[in-house]
Amino acid sequence: MHPRILEVRRNLLKKNDELARDLRGRFLSDGLFVVNLVSGPGTGKTALLRRTLGELLNRGYRPIALVGDLATDNDARRLAESGAPVRQITTDGVCHLEADMVARHLAEWSPGPADFLFIENVGNLVCPASYDLGESLRVVLLSVTDGEDKPLKYPKLFNTADVAIVTKADLAEACEFDRAAAEANIHDVRPGMQIFSTSAKTGVGFDAWLAFLIDQRTACGLPVRDERPFVSQP
Amino acid sequence: MHELSIAHSLVTTATDALDAERASGSDPLGRVKAVHLRLGRLAGVVRDALEFCYDLVTEDTLLAGSQLVIHDIDVVVFCNACQAERTLPGIQRFRCPECDKPTGDIRHGRELELEYIELE
Ligand SMILES: Nc1nc2c(ncn2[C@@H]2O[C@H](COP(=O)(O)OP(=O)(O)O)[C@@H](O)[C@H]2O)c(=O)[nH]1
Ligand SMILES: [Mg+2]
Ligand SMILES: [Zn+2]
Repeated sequence: MHPRILEVRRNLLKKNDELARDLRGRFLSDGLFVVNLVSGPGTGKTALLRRTLGELLNRGYRPIALVGDLATDNDARRLAESGAPVRQITTDGVCHLEADMVARHLAEWSPGPADFLFIENVGNLVCPASYDLGESLRVVLLSVTDGEDKPLKYPKLFNTADVAIVTKADLAEACEFDRAAAEANIHDVRPGMQIFSTSAKTGVGFDAWLAFLIDQRTACGLPVRDERPFVSQP
Repeated sequence: MHELSIAHSLVTTATDALDAERASGSDPLGRVKAVHLRLGRLAGVVRDALEFCYDLVTEDTLLAGSQLVIHDIDVVVFCNACQAERTLPGIQRFRCPECDKPTGDIRHGRELELEYIELE
């Protein structure tokens, strides 16, 4: 025996990355456009998602949602009020979702045919950034009550997202939110990222956000749905 | 904190590599002296937290008593204007340090890689 070096050169997240890649392929071939929502706790993920689910149902789409939560099922209950099928992933203290949690929960769930799957990640500004869930779109949220410098404090979360949403627009004035500064900070850590502004309370900004979602889904080669209103159960 | 799960995955990855080496019929392997990790500044992993849980996680494994050596990797972007790779001084400003043009074309800095294992 003599001292030696064993070359390994292996990414520690390889298992997650490979599973996520498989999932993405499977989702797209199933006609499912998958969106991963990431932000700190309280930024408005559940409120945004609830309204998004409702609006997509109204436009004739069939959205479903998975929601990651440390312990409670409050968010799942709030989301289910939209009328869309919702399933909770209780992480029992794990601070982020991983691809295998998504795969496992989907395997045990039959929500029926769907064209959008939204995944509300655990409220956390650090860990979710490292885990690909097989999504086609990663959305990072920043609320007007958060402070404009959040992107600079958590650059990785913003850097790995595809699009940003500034939430709680209805509170912007009261908080003296400096939109230009916030957008400049987002663009410092993620040059050119598209930024939406919404209020889940008033509905402001949702038309642009929904049009974008539907466009992105179509851009992935998934068939367009005609925009007829969804007839809900009496 | 996901450093604990990263540390577990480090142990699994190293153990798999050692098992594969042993199965390939090489010389008997000595004790593991050190594990070398390439850690990008944009990997989203806190160095101190990872070092902190290393001893705990490696207990009763082939890595027990070994040292974790972390090699920090700077963020390198490609600047289209300069047609050159540029090293960024931090991770809060994705602009070319030479010409100040924004760039999101990341070439290095996301690494979270078990590079090699030092054996006695
Ligand atoms: N005024 C206002 N409040 C909001 C809005 N969106 C969320 N909130 C409130 O912000 C708090 C946190 O929202 P929630 O959706 O649970 O955040 P999450 O933890 O990111 O899922 C709740 O009290 C919401 O009612 C909004 O657009 N306007
Ligand atoms: Mg929530
Ligand atoms: Zn340049």
